[in-house]
Amino acid sequence: MNLYFAIIVGSVFVNNFVLSQFLGICPFLGVSKKTNTALGMGFAVIFVMSLASVFTYIVNEFVLLKLHLEYMQTIAFILIIAALVQSVEIVIKKFSPSLYSALGVYLPLITTNCAVLGVAILNVQKAYNLLQSFLNGLFAGVGFTLAIVLLAGVRERINPKNVPESFRGFPITLIAAALLSMGFSAFSGMFGIS
Amino acid sequence: MRNNKLNILTNGVVKSNPTFRLVLGTCPTLAVTTQALNGLAMGAAVTFVLLCSNVMISILKNVIPDRVRIPAFVVIIATFVTVVQMVMQKFLPSLYEALGVFLPLIVVNCIILARAEAFASCNPVLDSALDGIGMGFGFTLSLTFIGIVRELLGAGSFFGLPIGSLGNVSMTVFILPAGGFLVYGTLMALVNFLTRIAENRKYEKSAEHIASAEKEA
Repeated sequence: MNLYFAIIVGSVFVNNFVLSQFLGICPFLGVSKKTNTALGMGFAVIFVMSLASVFTYIVNEFVLLKLHLEYMQTIAFILIIAALVQSVEIVIKKFSPSLYSALGVYLPLITTNCAVLGVAILNVQKAYNLLQSFLNGLFAGVGFTLAIVLLAGVRERINPKNVPESFRGFPITLIAAALLSMGFSAFSGMFGIS
Repeated sequence: MRNNKLNILTNGVVKSNPTFRLVLGTCPTLAVTTQALNGLAMGAAVTFVLLCSNVMISILKNVIPDRVRIPAFVVIIATFVTVVQMVMQKFLPSLYEALGVFLPLIVVNCIILARAEAFASCNPVLDSALDGIGMGFGFTLSLTFIGIVRELLGAGSFFGLPIGSLGNVSMTVFILPAGGFLVYGTLMALVNFLTRIAENRKYEKSAEHIASAEKEA
Protein backbone atom coordinates (compact mmCIF):
# COMPACT_ATOMS: atom_id res chain seq x y z
CA MET A 1 0.00 0.00 0.00
CA ASN A 2 2.82 2.31 0.93
CA LEU A 3 4.39 1.98 -2.52
CA TYR A 4 1.13 2.95 -4.21
CA PHE A 5 0.88 6.05 -2.02
CA ALA A 6 4.50 6.88 -2.87
CA ILE A 7 3.78 6.56 -6.60
CA ILE A 8 0.71 8.79 -6.41
CA VAL A 9 2.16 11.59 -4.26
CA GLY A 10 5.57 11.20 -5.89
CA SER A 11 4.43 11.66 -9.46
CA VAL A 12 2.04 14.56 -8.73
CA PHE A 13 4.12 16.61 -6.29
CA VAL A 14 7.56 15.39 -5.27
CA ASN A 15 8.85 14.31 -8.68
CA ASN A 16 6.48 16.43 -10.76
CA PHE A 17 7.14 15.44 -14.36
CA VAL A 18 7.41 18.96 -15.69
CA LEU A 19 8.84 21.00 -12.85
CA SER A 20 11.38 18.61 -11.43
CA GLN A 21 12.05 16.00 -14.13
CA PHE A 22 11.84 18.25 -17.21
CA LEU A 23 9.57 15.95 -19.19
CA GLY A 24 6.98 17.54 -21.46
CA ILE A 25 8.48 21.02 -21.48
CA CYS A 26 7.52 21.76 -25.11
CA PRO A 27 3.72 21.65 -24.56
CA PHE A 28 4.26 23.16 -21.09
CA LEU A 29 5.71 26.28 -22.73
CA GLY A 30 3.73 26.12 -25.97
CA VAL A 31 0.15 25.46 -24.85
CA SER A 32 0.05 27.46 -21.61
CA LYS A 33 -1.21 30.83 -22.84
CA LYS A 34 -4.77 30.31 -21.59
CA THR A 35 -6.08 28.25 -18.67
CA ASN A 36 -8.82 26.62 -20.76
CA THR A 37 -6.52 25.30 -23.47
CA ALA A 38 -4.01 24.24 -20.81
CA LEU A 39 -6.73 22.23 -19.09
CA GLY A 40 -7.76 20.60 -22.39
CA MET A 41 -4.15 19.64 -23.13
CA GLY A 42 -3.78 18.34 -19.57
CA PHE A 43 -6.79 16.01 -19.84
CA ALA A 44 -5.62 14.72 -23.22
CA VAL A 45 -2.19 13.98 -21.70
CA ILE A 46 -3.68 12.21 -18.64
CA PHE A 47 -5.75 10.03 -20.97
CA VAL A 48 -2.89 9.09 -23.32
CA MET A 49 -0.32 8.61 -20.55
CA SER A 50 -2.53 6.18 -18.60
CA LEU A 51 -3.27 4.16 -21.75
CA ALA A 52 0.34 4.28 -22.94
CA SER A 53 1.61 3.01 -19.57
CA VAL A 54 -0.70 -0.02 -19.77
CA PHE A 55 0.02 -0.85 -23.42
CA THR A 56 3.77 -0.42 -23.22
CA TYR A 57 3.81 -2.57 -20.06
CA ILE A 58 1.96 -5.37 -21.84
CA VAL A 59 4.15 -5.23 -24.95
CA ASN A 60 7.37 -5.01 -22.93
CA GLU A 61 6.41 -7.89 -20.62
CA PHE A 62 4.89 -10.31 -23.13
CA VAL A 63 6.68 -9.48 -26.39
CA LEU A 64 10.02 -7.74 -25.90
CA LEU A 65 11.19 -9.64 -22.80
CA LYS A 66 9.88 -12.98 -24.05
CA LEU A 67 11.70 -12.65 -27.35
CA HIS A 68 14.81 -11.00 -25.85
CA LEU A 69 14.28 -7.88 -27.92
CA GLU A 70 15.00 -5.37 -25.13
CA TYR A 71 17.12 -3.27 -27.49
CA MET A 72 14.01 -2.61 -29.59
CA GLN A 73 12.39 -0.82 -26.62
CA THR A 74 12.70 2.74 -27.93
CA ILE A 75 11.40 1.91 -31.41
CA ALA A 76 8.59 -0.30 -30.12
CA PHE A 77 7.40 2.21 -27.52
CA ILE A 78 7.32 5.20 -29.85
CA LEU A 79 5.35 3.18 -32.42
CA ILE A 80 2.88 2.04 -29.74
CA ILE A 81 2.39 5.63 -28.61
CA ALA A 82 1.97 6.95 -32.16
CA ALA A 83 -0.53 4.21 -33.00
CA LEU A 84 -2.33 4.71 -29.68
CA VAL A 85 -2.71 8.44 -30.17
CA GLN A 86 -4.01 7.89 -33.69
CA SER A 87 -6.55 5.27 -32.63
CA VAL A 88 -7.69 7.26 -29.60
CA GLU A 89 -8.31 10.15 -31.97
CA ILE A 90 -10.40 7.98 -34.31
CA VAL A 91 -12.41 6.38 -31.47
CA ILE A 92 -13.17 9.68 -29.76
CA LYS A 93 -14.14 11.28 -33.07
CA LYS A 94 -16.62 8.46 -33.70
CA PHE A 95 -18.20 8.10 -30.26
CA SER A 96 -17.94 11.46 -28.56
CA PRO A 97 -17.79 14.43 -30.93
CA SER A 98 -18.02 16.85 -27.99
CA LEU A 99 -14.96 15.34 -26.31
CA TYR A 100 -13.25 15.30 -29.70
CA SER A 101 -13.82 18.99 -30.22
CA ALA A 102 -12.41 19.62 -26.73
CA LEU A 103 -9.31 17.39 -27.03
CA GLY A 104 -9.02 16.96 -30.79
CA VAL A 105 -6.45 19.60 -31.59
CA TYR A 106 -4.12 18.49 -28.78
CA LEU A 107 -4.07 14.79 -29.56
CA PRO A 108 -1.64 14.80 -32.53
CA LEU A 109 0.76 16.97 -30.51
CA ILE A 110 0.98 14.33 -27.79
CA THR A 111 2.93 11.83 -29.92
CA THR A 112 6.02 14.02 -29.60
CA ASN A 113 5.37 14.89 -25.94
CA CYS A 114 8.37 13.36 -24.25
CA ALA A 115 6.42 12.91 -21.01
CA VAL A 116 4.51 10.03 -22.60
CA LEU A 117 7.54 8.12 -23.86
CA GLY A 118 9.31 9.14 -20.65
CA VAL A 119 6.71 7.58 -18.37
CA ALA A 120 6.78 4.37 -20.41
CA ILE A 121 10.57 4.08 -20.12
CA LEU A 122 10.60 5.01 -16.41
CA ASN A 123 7.97 2.34 -15.69
CA VAL A 124 10.28 -0.27 -17.18
CA GLN A 125 13.37 1.12 -15.41
CA LYS A 126 11.60 1.07 -12.04
CA ALA A 127 10.22 -2.45 -12.71
CA TYR A 128 6.62 -1.45 -11.90
CA ASN A 129 3.86 -4.04 -12.31
CA LEU A 130 0.75 -3.40 -14.41
CA LEU A 131 -1.24 -1.54 -11.73
CA GLN A 132 1.77 0.49 -10.61
CA SER A 133 2.55 1.44 -14.23
CA PHE A 134 -1.05 2.53 -14.77
CA LEU A 135 -1.06 4.63 -11.58
CA ASN A 136 2.29 6.17 -12.43
CA GLY A 137 1.04 7.14 -15.90
CA LEU A 138 -2.26 8.47 -14.58
CA PHE A 139 -0.81 10.58 -11.78
CA ALA A 140 2.19 11.78 -13.79
CA GLY A 141 -0.47 13.10 -16.18
CA VAL A 142 -2.26 14.75 -13.25
CA GLY A 143 1.05 16.34 -12.21
CA PHE A 144 1.56 17.60 -15.77
CA THR A 145 -1.95 19.08 -15.79
CA LEU A 146 -1.39 20.76 -12.43
CA ALA A 147 1.85 22.35 -13.61
CA ILE A 148 0.55 23.54 -16.99
CA VAL A 149 -2.66 25.00 -15.50
CA LEU A 150 -0.68 26.82 -12.80
CA LEU A 151 1.69 28.27 -15.40
CA ALA A 152 -1.24 29.30 -17.62
CA GLY A 153 -2.78 31.08 -14.62
CA VAL A 154 0.45 33.00 -14.11
CA ARG A 155 0.85 33.83 -17.81
CA GLU A 156 -2.69 35.19 -18.09
CA ARG A 157 -1.82 37.74 -15.43
CA ILE A 158 1.48 38.89 -16.93
CA ASN A 159 1.03 42.22 -18.65
CA PRO A 160 3.54 42.38 -21.54
CA LYS A 161 3.80 46.14 -21.10
CA ASN A 162 5.43 45.68 -17.70
CA VAL A 163 8.02 43.24 -19.05
CA PRO A 164 11.38 44.48 -20.42
CA GLU A 165 11.42 44.06 -24.19
CA SER A 166 14.10 41.36 -24.25
CA PHE A 167 12.18 39.27 -21.71
CA ARG A 168 8.85 39.27 -23.60
CA GLY A 169 7.50 35.90 -24.73
CA PHE A 170 9.48 32.79 -23.83
CA PRO A 171 12.06 34.28 -21.42
CA ILE A 172 9.49 35.66 -18.96
CA THR A 173 7.55 32.38 -19.20
CA LEU A 174 10.72 30.49 -18.28
CA ILE A 175 11.30 32.80 -15.31
CA ALA A 176 7.71 32.18 -14.16
CA ALA A 177 8.31 28.44 -14.53
CA ALA A 178 11.50 28.81 -12.46
CA LEU A 179 9.48 30.36 -9.61
CA LEU A 180 6.88 27.57 -9.85
CA SER A 181 9.65 25.00 -9.83
CA MET A 182 11.17 26.58 -6.72
CA GLY A 183 7.78 26.22 -5.05
CA PHE A 184 7.59 22.56 -6.03
CA SER A 185 11.13 21.90 -4.80
CA ALA A 186 9.70 22.40 -1.30
CA PHE A 187 7.99 19.03 -1.76
CA SER A 188 11.31 17.21 -2.22
CA GLY A 189 11.94 14.59 0.41
CA MET A 190 8.31 14.76 1.58
CA PHE A 191 7.05 11.43 3.03
CA GLY A 192 10.55 10.11 2.48
CA ILE A 193 10.01 9.95 -1.31
CA SER A 194 13.15 10.74 -3.22
CA MET B 1 26.47 28.57 -54.90
CA ARG B 2 29.17 28.09 -52.30
CA ASN B 3 27.72 30.99 -50.32
CA ASN B 4 24.35 29.23 -50.29
CA LYS B 5 25.87 26.07 -48.78
CA LEU B 6 27.61 28.14 -46.15
CA ASN B 7 24.31 29.83 -45.31
CA ILE B 8 22.64 26.45 -44.74
CA LEU B 9 25.47 25.44 -42.45
CA THR B 10 25.52 28.60 -40.33
CA ASN B 11 21.74 29.05 -40.28
CA GLY B 12 21.33 26.62 -37.38
CA VAL B 13 24.20 28.07 -35.40
CA VAL B 14 23.14 31.71 -35.27
CA LYS B 15 20.03 32.84 -37.13
CA SER B 16 17.75 29.93 -36.28
CA ASN B 17 19.58 28.52 -33.30
CA PRO B 18 17.29 25.66 -32.18
CA THR B 19 17.64 26.44 -28.48
CA PHE B 20 17.46 30.21 -28.27
CA ARG B 21 15.67 31.25 -31.45
CA LEU B 22 13.35 28.36 -32.38
CA VAL B 23 12.87 27.12 -28.78
CA LEU B 24 12.84 23.45 -29.80
CA GLY B 25 14.10 20.48 -27.84
CA THR B 26 13.68 22.21 -24.51
CA CYS B 27 13.40 19.08 -22.35
CA PRO B 28 17.02 17.87 -22.75
CA THR B 29 18.18 21.50 -22.78
CA LEU B 30 16.95 21.94 -19.22
CA ALA B 31 17.45 18.43 -17.90
CA VAL B 32 21.03 17.51 -18.78
CA THR B 33 22.74 20.89 -18.44
CA THR B 34 23.60 20.56 -14.74
CA GLN B 35 27.16 19.93 -15.96
CA ALA B 36 28.87 21.33 -19.04
CA LEU B 37 30.14 17.88 -20.06
CA ASN B 38 26.65 16.36 -20.03
CA GLY B 39 25.40 19.21 -22.21
CA LEU B 40 28.25 18.59 -24.67
CA ALA B 41 27.57 14.84 -24.77
CA MET B 42 23.85 15.36 -25.29
CA GLY B 43 24.60 17.83 -28.07
CA ALA B 44 26.97 15.37 -29.76
CA ALA B 45 24.40 12.56 -29.56
CA VAL B 46 21.67 14.79 -31.01
CA THR B 47 24.01 16.02 -33.78
CA PHE B 48 24.80 12.45 -34.81
CA VAL B 49 21.11 11.46 -34.91
CA LEU B 50 20.17 14.68 -36.70
CA LEU B 51 22.86 14.23 -39.37
CA CYS B 52 22.02 10.56 -40.00
CA SER B 53 18.25 11.04 -40.00
CA ASN B 54 18.44 14.11 -42.26
CA VAL B 55 20.59 12.23 -44.79
CA MET B 56 18.44 9.09 -44.66
CA ILE B 57 15.16 10.99 -44.97
CA SER B 58 16.54 13.09 -47.80
CA ILE B 59 17.57 9.92 -49.67
CA LEU B 60 14.18 8.29 -49.11
CA LYS B 61 12.04 11.39 -49.58
CA ASN B 62 10.63 10.25 -52.93
CA VAL B 63 10.00 6.69 -51.72
CA ILE B 64 8.07 7.48 -48.53
CA PRO B 65 4.36 8.06 -49.23
CA ASP B 66 3.18 11.43 -48.01
CA ARG B 67 0.43 10.07 -45.74
CA VAL B 68 2.68 7.88 -43.61
CA ARG B 69 5.71 10.18 -43.62
CA ILE B 70 5.57 11.06 -39.91
CA PRO B 71 5.59 7.42 -38.66
CA ALA B 72 8.30 6.64 -41.23
CA PHE B 73 10.44 9.57 -40.01
CA VAL B 74 9.94 8.49 -36.40
CA VAL B 75 11.10 4.94 -37.14
CA ILE B 76 14.22 6.21 -38.94
CA ILE B 77 15.02 8.54 -36.03
CA ALA B 78 14.36 5.83 -33.43
CA THR B 79 16.75 3.49 -35.26
CA PHE B 80 19.63 5.95 -35.03
CA VAL B 81 18.79 6.76 -31.41
CA THR B 82 19.02 3.06 -30.61
CA VAL B 83 22.44 2.96 -32.30
CA VAL B 84 23.62 5.88 -30.12
CA GLN B 85 22.21 4.22 -26.99
CA MET B 86 23.99 0.93 -27.66
CA VAL B 87 27.32 2.57 -28.51
CA MET B 88 27.21 4.82 -25.46
CA GLN B 89 26.23 2.02 -23.10
CA LYS B 90 29.18 -0.01 -24.29
CA PHE B 91 31.92 2.64 -24.52
CA LEU B 92 30.81 5.54 -22.28
CA PRO B 93 28.84 3.91 -19.44
CA SER B 94 29.20 6.87 -17.05
CA LEU B 95 27.71 9.31 -19.59
CA TYR B 96 25.02 6.75 -20.39
CA GLU B 97 24.06 6.78 -16.70
CA ALA B 98 24.22 10.58 -16.45
CA LEU B 99 21.98 11.22 -19.45
CA GLY B 100 19.58 8.51 -18.27
CA VAL B 101 16.10 8.57 -19.69
CA PHE B 102 16.92 11.57 -21.91
CA LEU B 103 19.03 9.44 -24.24
CA PRO B 104 16.11 7.35 -25.56
CA LEU B 105 14.01 10.51 -25.43
CA ILE B 106 16.08 11.98 -28.31
CA VAL B 107 13.45 10.19 -30.43
CA VAL B 108 10.86 12.77 -29.45
CA ASN B 109 13.26 15.73 -29.54
CA CYS B 110 11.29 18.18 -31.64
CA ILE B 111 14.40 19.58 -33.39
CA ILE B 112 14.99 16.32 -35.24
CA LEU B 113 11.43 15.82 -36.42
CA ALA B 114 11.12 19.53 -37.23
CA ARG B 115 14.23 19.46 -39.47
CA ALA B 116 13.07 16.22 -41.10
CA GLU B 117 9.69 17.72 -41.89
CA ALA B 118 10.78 21.26 -42.75
CA PHE B 119 14.13 20.66 -44.46
CA ALA B 120 15.25 17.11 -45.24
CA SER B 121 11.96 16.02 -46.81
CA CYS B 122 12.24 18.68 -49.52
CA ASN B 123 15.98 19.26 -50.04
CA PRO B 124 18.90 17.38 -51.65
CA VAL B 125 21.11 15.05 -49.61
CA LEU B 126 24.17 17.30 -49.26
CA ASP B 127 22.11 20.31 -48.15
CA SER B 128 20.26 18.16 -45.62
CA ALA B 129 23.55 16.88 -44.23
CA LEU B 130 24.86 20.43 -43.87
CA ASP B 131 21.61 21.50 -42.21
CA GLY B 132 21.90 18.58 -39.78
CA ILE B 133 25.49 19.47 -38.88
CA GLY B 134 24.67 23.19 -38.51
CA MET B 135 21.56 22.66 -36.39
CA GLY B 136 23.31 20.02 -34.29
CA PHE B 137 26.29 22.29 -33.75
CA GLY B 138 24.02 25.18 -32.73
CA PHE B 139 22.23 22.90 -30.27
CA THR B 140 25.51 21.56 -28.85
CA LEU B 141 26.91 25.06 -28.47
CA SER B 142 23.83 26.31 -26.61
CA LEU B 143 23.65 23.27 -24.33
CA THR B 144 27.34 23.46 -23.48
CA PHE B 145 27.03 27.16 -22.75
CA ILE B 146 24.01 26.71 -20.45
CA GLY B 147 25.89 23.82 -18.81
CA ILE B 148 28.98 25.97 -18.23
CA VAL B 149 26.91 28.74 -16.60
CA ARG B 150 24.94 26.37 -14.39
CA GLU B 151 27.97 24.32 -13.35
CA LEU B 152 30.01 27.43 -12.57
CA LEU B 153 27.29 29.04 -10.44
CA GLY B 154 25.86 25.86 -8.95
CA ALA B 155 28.94 23.76 -8.26
CA GLY B 156 31.84 26.18 -8.72
CA SER B 157 33.57 24.08 -11.35
CA PHE B 158 34.32 24.13 -15.08
CA PHE B 159 33.89 20.84 -16.98
CA GLY B 160 34.27 19.03 -13.63
CA LEU B 161 37.45 20.88 -12.62
CA PRO B 162 36.97 22.86 -9.40
CA ILE B 163 37.91 26.54 -9.78
CA GLY B 164 39.75 27.82 -6.70
CA SER B 165 37.50 28.02 -3.66
CA LEU B 166 34.45 28.87 -5.76
CA GLY B 167 32.92 25.56 -4.68
CA ASN B 168 32.52 26.94 -1.14
CA VAL B 169 30.29 29.80 -2.21
CA SER B 170 28.32 27.96 -4.91
CA MET B 171 24.56 28.41 -5.15
CA THR B 172 23.04 24.94 -5.33
CA VAL B 173 19.78 26.32 -6.73
CA PHE B 174 21.44 26.61 -10.15
CA ILE B 175 21.86 22.87 -10.52
CA LEU B 176 18.33 22.28 -9.22
CA PRO B 177 15.44 22.29 -11.73
CA ALA B 178 14.45 25.87 -10.83
CA GLY B 179 17.93 27.12 -11.76
CA GLY B 180 17.60 25.44 -15.16
CA PHE B 181 14.50 27.46 -16.01
CA LEU B 182 16.09 30.60 -14.60
CA VAL B 183 19.38 30.36 -16.53
CA TYR B 184 17.65 29.35 -19.78
CA GLY B 185 15.18 32.24 -19.53
CA THR B 186 17.86 34.80 -18.70
CA LEU B 187 20.21 33.63 -21.47
CA MET B 188 17.35 33.70 -23.97
CA ALA B 189 16.58 37.29 -22.96
CA LEU B 190 20.28 38.12 -23.42
CA VAL B 191 20.26 36.58 -26.90
CA ASN B 192 17.11 38.57 -27.76
CA PHE B 193 18.83 41.72 -26.53
CA LEU B 194 21.98 41.11 -28.60
CA THR B 195 19.89 40.23 -31.66
CA ARG B 196 18.00 43.51 -31.33
CA ILE B 197 21.25 45.48 -31.11
CA ALA B 198 22.60 43.70 -34.19
CA GLU B 199 19.37 44.35 -36.09
CA ASN B 200 19.38 48.02 -35.08
CA ARG B 201 22.90 48.35 -36.48
CA LYS B 202 21.72 46.90 -39.77
CA TYR B 203 18.87 49.39 -39.84
CA GLU B 204 21.18 52.31 -39.21
CA LYS B 205 23.16 51.42 -42.31
CA SER B 206 20.24 52.21 -44.53
CA ALA B 207 18.37 55.50 -44.26
CA GLU B 208 15.24 53.91 -45.60
CA HIS B 209 15.02 51.54 -42.70
CA ILE B 210 15.50 54.36 -40.21
CA ALA B 211 12.53 56.20 -41.64
CA SER B 212 10.33 53.13 -41.44
CA ALA B 213 11.53 52.38 -37.90
CA GLU B 214 10.59 55.88 -36.81
CA LYS B 215 7.19 55.47 -38.36
CA GLU B 216 6.68 52.28 -36.38
CA ALA B 217 7.84 53.86 -33.14
